[in-house]
Amino acid sequence: MPGSRSEARAPAGGRAATGLAVVGAGPAGLAAAVTAADHGLDVTVVDAAAAPGGQYFRSPPEELAAVRPGAAPRGQRGFDDLLTRLTAHRATGRVRYLSGHHVWTAARTGDDWALHTVTGQAGEGGPMVLTRRILLATGAYERQLPFPGWTIPGVVGAAGAQAMLKSGLVLPGRRVVVAGSGPLLQAVAVSLVQAGARVPALVEAAGYGGYARAPRVLAANPAKLTEGLRHGAALARAGVRVMSHSAVTAVHGADRVEAVTVSRVDRDWRPVPGSGRTLVCDALAVGHGLTPQLELAVEIGCDTTVRADGSPALRLDERLRTSVGGVWAAGEPGGIGGVGLALVEGELAAHAVAAEVRGGPLRETAGRVRSLLRARRAQRAFAELMGAVHRPGPGWRDWADDDTEVCRCEEVTAGRIRTAVTELGASDARTVKLFTRAGMGWCQGRTCGFAVHELARSDSDGARAPTPDRRMPACPVLLSALAGEDTTADPEEVAGASETPGAAEPGGNGGNRLP
Amino acid sequence: MPIRQPVDVVVVGAGVVGAACAYYASRSGLSVAVVDRGPVAGGTTGAGEGNLLVSDKAPGPELDLALLSLSLWRELAEELPEDIEFDPKGGLVVAAGDASLGALSASAEEQRASGVEAYHVTPDRLRDVEPHLAPGLAGGILYPQDCQVQPALAAARLLHAARRAGALFLPGEEVLEIYGEPGGGGVRGVRTSRRELAAAVVVNAAGTWGGRVAALAGVQLPVQPRRGFVLVTEPLPPLIRHKVYAAEYMADVASGSAALQTSPVVEGTPAGPVLIGASRERVGFERTLSVPVVARLAAQASALFPVLADVRVLRTYHGFRPYLPDHLPAIGPDGRMPGLFHACGHEGAGIGLALATGSLIASVISGEKPALDLAPFAPDRFDPLVPCHMTEEWAS
Repeated sequence: MPGSRSEARAPAGGRAATGLAVVGAGPAGLAAAVTAADHGLDVTVVDAAAAPGGQYFRSPPEELAAVRPGAAPRGQRGFDDLLTRLTAHRATGRVRYLSGHHVWTAARTGDDWALHTVTGQAGEGGPMVLTRRILLATGAYERQLPFPGWTIPGVVGAAGAQAMLKSGLVLPGRRVVVAGSGPLLQAVAVSLVQAGARVPALVEAAGYGGYARAPRVLAANPAKLTEGLRHGAALARAGVRVMSHSAVTAVHGADRVEAVTVSRVDRDWRPVPGSGRTLVCDALAVGHGLTPQLELAVEIGCDTTVRADGSPALRLDERLRTSVGGVWAAGEPGGIGGVGLALVEGELAAHAVAAEVRGGPLRETAGRVRSLLRARRAQRAFAELMGAVHRPGPGWRDWADDDTEVCRCEEVTAGRIRTAVTELGASDARTVKLFTRAGMGWCQGRTCGFAVHELARSDSDGARAPTPDRRMPACPVLLSALAGEDTTADPEEVAGASETPGAAEPGGNGGNRLP
Repeated sequence: MPIRQPVDVVVVGAGVVGAACAYYASRSGLSVAVVDRGPVAGGTTGAGEGNLLVSDKAPGPELDLALLSLSLWRELAEELPEDIEFDPKGGLVVAAGDASLGALSASAEEQRASGVEAYHVTPDRLRDVEPHLAPGLAGGILYPQDCQVQPALAAARLLHAARRAGALFLPGEEVLEIYGEPGGGGVRGVRTSRRELAAAVVVNAAGTWGGRVAALAGVQLPVQPRRGFVLVTEPLPPLIRHKVYAAEYMADVASGSAALQTSPVVEGTPAGPVLIGASRERVGFERTLSVPVVARLAAQASALFPVLADVRVLRTYHGFRPYLPDHLPAIGPDGRMPGLFHACGHEGAGIGLALATGSLIASVISGEKPALDLAPFAPDRFDPLVPCHMTEEWAS
C-alpha cells in the first residue's frame, strides 16, 4: 500500500511546524488548546479517544443520554464551554484536531519535535506531527494494589467504574462495595447510588482525620471541603456505611464476586488480626488513586520527582515548563490533582507558551494569570495533602499472599516477586521485571508498576523514589507501521511513494527526517 | 566509618561476566566479593537477548573462547535451575542472494574446520526449518550448537550459586578507588561508597564501563559503548524456532565503523514475544529512542518474516555493548599493575563468552594453566607504551 504509506509519513503540521502540539484532550489539554488558540497560536491536538473530554469529561452516547437525562456529571458545564470554543477554533482552522491518534514517540528534528502517531486498535501508522512546542496533558491511569481475589470478575477499578457510569451508564453490579483510598471513592459511591446500585459500604484504608491536620490548606480550598461534605451527606442519606482505617483484604467467589472480607488496618495499613468480617456483594469497585501517565515525558527526557502520594510526577516550574526546553505539561502529569487543577494548569500553561512565543509576558492576560497562579498554588497544596493522606502504607504488602497475582498480564504472583527479591537479589522494580516478567505484558506495568516497586523495596530503603520506567513505544505499534517510518526503504517502495505525490503534504518530509 | 574486610578477590561488576568470575573463583576455594554500583544484571546483561553463539564467529581466538564457553554452559544448564531458560535452539543464517550465500558457505567451511557444526540448507528446505521465512531466499546454514539463555536470570543464578559457595555480593555500592602498594606496586584493595575491601586481586568485570574501572587503577582500557536496539513484540504462539539472522549480520558485527549498521536478527522466546534486532552504532551513552533505527529493524524483520508485519511491538529497549577496537574481549592479568585482572569488552557476545571468561580468570588467579592461550585477549594490547606482539595489528 504505497499510497497509505506515504500518507503515514506526511507531517500533519503542513508546510510549517505547528506552533503548539497538545497531547491529550482531557480537561487540561482542552483548556490549553483553546487558550493557546485564543492567543493566535496554531494548535494541533492529538488525542487517543474518539471524542474530546479525556477520562473525566465523558458523555454517554446520544441514544443513552436521551434515556437518562441529567446523568451527566457535575462540572459538565465547563466542558460544554470548552467544546464550544474548540469547535469555533476548529472551524477557523486555528486548531487541528486528531482524534483516535496515539503518540507513540516524540523525537527532535532540528528546532522542532516530530510526534509519531498510530491510530486504531491495531496500532496502524498515523501522520507525523511536526511542532515547535509540546504541551503534555497525558492524564493519569488508575493505581491498583493487589490482594487475594482482586482478579475475580466483578472487581472493577473505582475510576473505571466511574468511567463506565459516565459513558455507558452500566452498573458493575447491583450491590457494590467501594474500597481503596482517596476522595475518588466518595464520588464513585455517590454516582453508583444515583445510578441505582446499592452500596453497602465505602471502605477507606486511610482516615479522613489527616486532612484536619492542615487547616490552612483546607481553608484555601473551600470548594474541596464543600464537595467532601456534600458527598458525605449524600452517602449518609443513601445509607452507605463509611468504614475508614479499613481495607478489603480478600474477595470471595468462584466465577463472580460473592462477598468481600473487610479488615481493620493500622496506621501502616497492616491488617489487624481477627478484625476481618464478611460483606455480601456482587461487585467491588476498588482504587488507590491515580498515577500520572509519563511515558512520553520520560522519553523526551523530562525530569521527574516523587509526589506525596508516592508516585513519580514531572518536575514543573510556575510556568508549567518541564526541564526540557519547548515542552510544557499540565494537569495530572505534574502530580495528581483532579479536574479543577487540570483546568487551571491547562490555561496557565497556554498563557505561558503564548508569552514565550511573543517574547514576554502579555499585559492583557496578566490579571488572569495572577489569579490562575493563586488557584494553582492553593490546589497543588491540597493535592499534596490528599496524596500524603492516602499514600498506601507499607503494610498493604501483607494483604497480598504468595499466590496473589500482581502482574495480571504475565500472571506473576507476589510469591515469585518475593523470591526474586530474597533469593536472586532484586531490589528494584526493573530487576524484578527482568527476573519475573512482571510488567512486561500488554499493559507494560501500568497496572502493577507501583505494587512491584513497593514489593521490591526493603523497609530500610525508606521512601526510596520509584523511577518511572522508560516505555517506548508509548502504545503498541504494528511492526508494519514502524517499518513505514523507514526512510532507507528499498527503491521499489520509494518509487511507489513518488507515484502518489498527492498523498504527501506540500512541505514534504525529506528535510524533517534524520538520514 | 568504613568497614574493612579482607577477601582474596574483588570482582567489580555484577553482570553475567562478573557473576561467572565469582562463580568459578569461589568454587576454586577463593574468598570473593562482588561489588556493583547497581543491581545484578543492571547493565548490558539485562539488555541482551541471551545469545550463546558460535555461528557468528570466524575461526580464531573468539571462536575458541565461544566453543569452550558453550561446553561450560551445557554443563551448567544441568546444575542451575531451569528458569535460566537454557535452550539449545540452534541458529539459522540465511542469505538473500547467491553472492552472500557463497560468502556464507565459505565461512561455514572454515568454521567447520575449527569444530563448528554447520549444515547447508537448500532454498526448498528453508521453510521446513523455519516455516514462516520469506520466499525467494537463496539458502542458509544451520548451526545446531547455537543456544539461548535468559541472561538476567542466568547471571542472577550464577551469582546465587557463587554466594552459596561463600561469595559476598554487595549491590548498590560503587567502587571509588582501586589502590595499590605505594610506589607502583600491586593491587591492595578497593574502596567503595560503604567500605574498604582489602584484596590482592581485583577483577574488572564492569562491561561497557570497564574503561572507567581500569582508570581507577590508573590504567587505560579503551572500552566504548556500541548501542543496540531490540524490539519486543506481543506474545505469540511459537512462530520462529531458531535464532534467525541474515548473512550480513556477520559483516556488521565485524565492522569497526561508528556509523549505524542494522541487519535482521529474529527469534522467539519461551514466554512468547519475538525479539527483533540488531543495530550497532557508536553514539556514546545516548538513551533516546531512535526512530530511524527501530524503523529499519522493523522493515528488515518483516522482510525476513512477512508474518510479523501484522504483529504489534509492545516495547523497545536498548543496551550498550562493551566495544574494544579489535572486537576481542580483555581477559587476563594486566601487566601494568600486578593483581589487576580484566574480564570485560565482550561486545555483543558477553553472555555466550561469560563462562569461559570466568573459568579462565579463576584458573590464572589460582596459578593454574588456563585452558586457552590468553595472549590475544591481553588487556594491555591497546597501550602504545606496552611493547606487545598485538600492537601492530590494531594500530594500523
